[in-house]
Amino acid sequence: MLDLYDVQLASRLLLGTARYPSPSIMAEAVRAAGAAMVTVSLRREASGERAGQGFWSLVRSLGVRVLPNTAGCHTVKEAVTTAHMARELFDTPWIKLEVIGEDDTLQPDVIGLVEAARVLVQEDFRVLPYCTEDLVVADRLVTAGCEVLMPWGAPIGSGRGLNNPFGLRALRAHFPQVALIVDAGIGMPSHAAAAMELGFDGVLINSAVAQARQPVAMARAFAQAVEAGHAAFLAGPIPARDMAVPSTPLIGKAFLA
Amino acid sequence: MKIRVNGAWREVLDSGAAAATLEALLHRFGFGNATVATAVNGEFVPHGARGRCLVQEGDRIEVLAPMQGG
Repeated sequence: MLDLYDVQLASRLLLGTARYPSPSIMAEAVRAAGAAMVTVSLRREASGERAGQGFWSLVRSLGVRVLPNTAGCHTVKEAVTTAHMARELFDTPWIKLEVIGEDDTLQPDVIGLVEAARVLVQEDFRVLPYCTEDLVVADRLVTAGCEVLMPWGAPIGSGRGLNNPFGLRALRAHFPQVALIVDAGIGMPSHAAAAMELGFDGVLINSAVAQARQPVAMARAFAQAVEAGHAAFLAGPIPARDMAVPSTPLIGKAFLA
Repeated sequence: MKIRVNGAWREVLDSGAAAATLEALLHRFGFGNATVATAVNGEFVPHGARGRCLVQEGDRIEVLAPMQGG
């Protein structure tokens, strides 16, 4: 079970809902992944089309927890205002907090992120900040009241996996009591397994599933990888060595020279 | 009066103060009872306050709905 704030989730795989070929494929992928929480956004509604109403009906029918995001926000004010709107719209104090600092890498503006987190925590939001593996920023976020951190693996949508596994390992070691979820940049199930093998509590995937040739099959593959990586972490893997250690005992080997 | 709704200019005939509330304008623009969140000039306007929020010439209204997100 994944413990986030005051909630237990049955799956350690969180899914985004964007960039799927169709809403029905998105729904099928969420079911195939067994995801217990999905991310959503707030965007302008066209009065005639009512696209948002249809999407919302579909997501609610899945019976999963929703995590609204502040995607695209570049300032503290934008992010905080979006969070306020999300709380009313989705009837939840949970928020995936994004304050974007640079449009090529979509990396967080960590200074704005900490400030926005501080404001929202004081307003009783359950903040899940999209951050980096920077230990100082992580400490500021935890001090501000965040009980979950969501460091990137690589730039959003890049599919590059874990660009800095050493940094992520250090983050895990420095914050053993904080729920850590790798969010962004994961491309393959092996990346997700690697994150779980590091001891991370979960992963959040969107493009790697939605943009796969077969999103539903990929969702299933990710679910298996997350489960395998977590089980491996709990089973206590052997450490890596530079030189060989024979598996087969030398005792009893025949002399046949 | 002219106002911006989701980035597009809209002309609203002046029918008195009651018709210029955010709530009335949402109905007039076809949002009716849709599940939306609103902001005027960058400030969140909660659902319960829409009936008291008077919209003026040049105001920017944002009407947001649940959408796909990562």
